[in-house]
This record gives sequence, C-alpha cells and structure tokens, in this order.
Amino acid sequence: MSLWWWVLAACVVAYLSKLSGYLVPARILDKPRMGRVAAALTIGLLASLTAVNTFASGQQLVLDARVGALVAAAIALVLRAPFLVVVIAGAAAAALLRWTGMP
Amino acid sequence: MRLSQSPAVKTGLSISVATGLYGISFGALAVSSGLTFWQTVALSALMFTGGSQFAFIGVIAGGGAGSAAFGAATLLGVRNIIYGMQMNAMARPRGWRKAAAAHVTIDESTATAIVQQDLAESRRGFWTAGLGIFILWNAFTVAGALLGDALGDPKAWGLDGAAVAAFLALLWPRLKSREPVAIAVVCALATVLVVPLVPPGVPILVAALVAGVWGWVGHRAEEPAA
Repeated sequence: MSLWWWVLAACVVAYLSKLSGYLVPARILDKPRMGRVAAALTIGLLASLTAVNTFASGQQLVLDARVGALVAAAIALVLRAPFLVVVIAGAAAAALLRWTGMP
Repeated sequence: MRLSQSPAVKTGLSISVATGLYGISFGALAVSSGLTFWQTVALSALMFTGGSQFAFIGVIAGGGAGSAAFGAATLLGVRNIIYGMQMNAMARPRGWRKAAAAHVTIDESTATAIVQQDLAESRRGFWTAGLGIFILWNAFTVAGALLGDALGDPKAWGLDGAAVAAFLALLWPRLKSREPVAIAVVCALATVLVVPLVPPGVPILVAALVAGVWGWVGHRAEEPAA
C-alpha cells in the first residue's frame, strides 16, 4: 500500500511542477541559470538511470546480458531508428544473450 | 484556416502516434518492475510525463524505495516548469484551459509548439500533440501493462534490456554538443561509483545533485538552442 502513496505523491508533484510554470511570473524563473539547471538535471538523471539499469543489481555492480542491450540500443540510435525500434533492439539483444546462457 | 490544413496539426498528429505507441513499452516495463496494473495506469493518466514515469519504475525495478522513486521522478520533472513558462507565453490559456494545458505540457507538445511560425499555429500544435499523446499514451499503457502481465518472466524476454534501451533513447537526442555529453559521462560514472556504497535508488539522486551543481555553477557560454 505504501508504494501507492509514493505513486500518487509523485503524480501530484509532477502536475504542480507543470502548473507552476503557468502561474509564476516569468521574470522570476526566466533566468538562463534556471534553464541550465533544468537541462543539466534532465541529462544527468537520464544518464544515471541508463547506468543503474545496465550495471546495478541491488547494491552490486554486474556485467550481464543488459550490457548487450546497451550496445544494441546504441547501434540502433546511431542508425537513427525510432524509439520503439530501439527498445525492441535492447530487449532482443538481452533475450538472445540469456538464451545463449549469459546471466 | 481549416484544422486539416494546418501544418502544426499534422506535426502534432504524427508526434502523437509515434510517442503514444511507446506507451506500450512503459506499460510492459512498469508491471515487470513490480508495479500493479492500476499503479501503472495511474502513472500514465496522472503523472503523464514519460521521462519521470520511466524514472519512477527504473528506481523500483532496481530495488529502490518508493521515496527514491518519488525523488528521481520529481527531479526529472523540473524541466516541465520551464516548458510551462514557455507555453504560458505562447498558448496563453485562460481559466480551466490553463489547468488542462499544464497537464499536457511535456517534451513533445512543447517541441511541437515552439517550432511553429506564428502563435496561432503554436497553439494548434501544442493542443494537438498534447491531447493526442495523452489519449494514445494512456491507451497503449493499458495494452502494455496487460501484455507485460501475460509475458511471465520479464528477464527471459529481455525486458530489463528494454529498460536500458529506453533510457538511452530518451538521453540520446539531448547529447548534441560537448557539454551535455560531459554531463552524461560524469553522472553515469558518479552513479556507478556510488552503487556499492548507498541503498538502491540513491545513486540516481547523487547523479542529480552532481548535474544540478554543474548547471548552477556552469559559466560556459549558453549552448545555442537546437
């Protein structure tokens, strides 16, 4: 049940973030620094999420089939594949490597 | 102008289909990360900002606590404040439309609006993409969640690999110059270094701190907006 509270709280705060942009006078937030922080946060978080989902298993660092997924996704992105194709490439690579016996 | 002749509406519709479709991957990944069907549906309907939704389930999938998932999702939503300011200036919604506009203020609706030539087109593009994606994203989330439930062992299907690919694909278009690449590399390294030292979920918040400080103190000339 407690996860439900975090789901709902995150939803409420996400909406309030969006709404605050419409309500706050532009001159308060409209500074280059605020834009830089938001852009850096977005990049940093997505890079971190990529790393965690590739290499972390709980508190351990492991090399497993997910590394193959990372490589496959990168190749698909270099080839300008659309999002869904990239995701499928990642899943297929991980599934294939597991099928060959990789953890 | 007839709506069917508006270039912004056409752009909005094609972005809606492309973005809405990958709701299927969110739905499938969310249930395989341990969320229930209804929690998955709630995230798409109520949070409705893809990056934060993926962040939330990414933390949970890694064994992180609900509080860490909340933190990661919330920080990733900070950019929506900036989008809200831009859309408030462009779309200028009034009354209840302001509340509705806020909910559909995301990467794609903002992007559709800001590339248009005049304000009327921006407004059409924003609403077409925002509402179109909202409808399709939620429909495909439901489909994905049902599919994910039916698949059984998510690892045998490589769904954890799909999550890796999804995050990399969300990151990729933002790596257009040297500074974003540097931020990404440093944050990924910081994450990997602290994984063994702190509870699951927290490494992502450490990376957010690094990125936030970088953005705050960075005195590099502004990158020209792409």
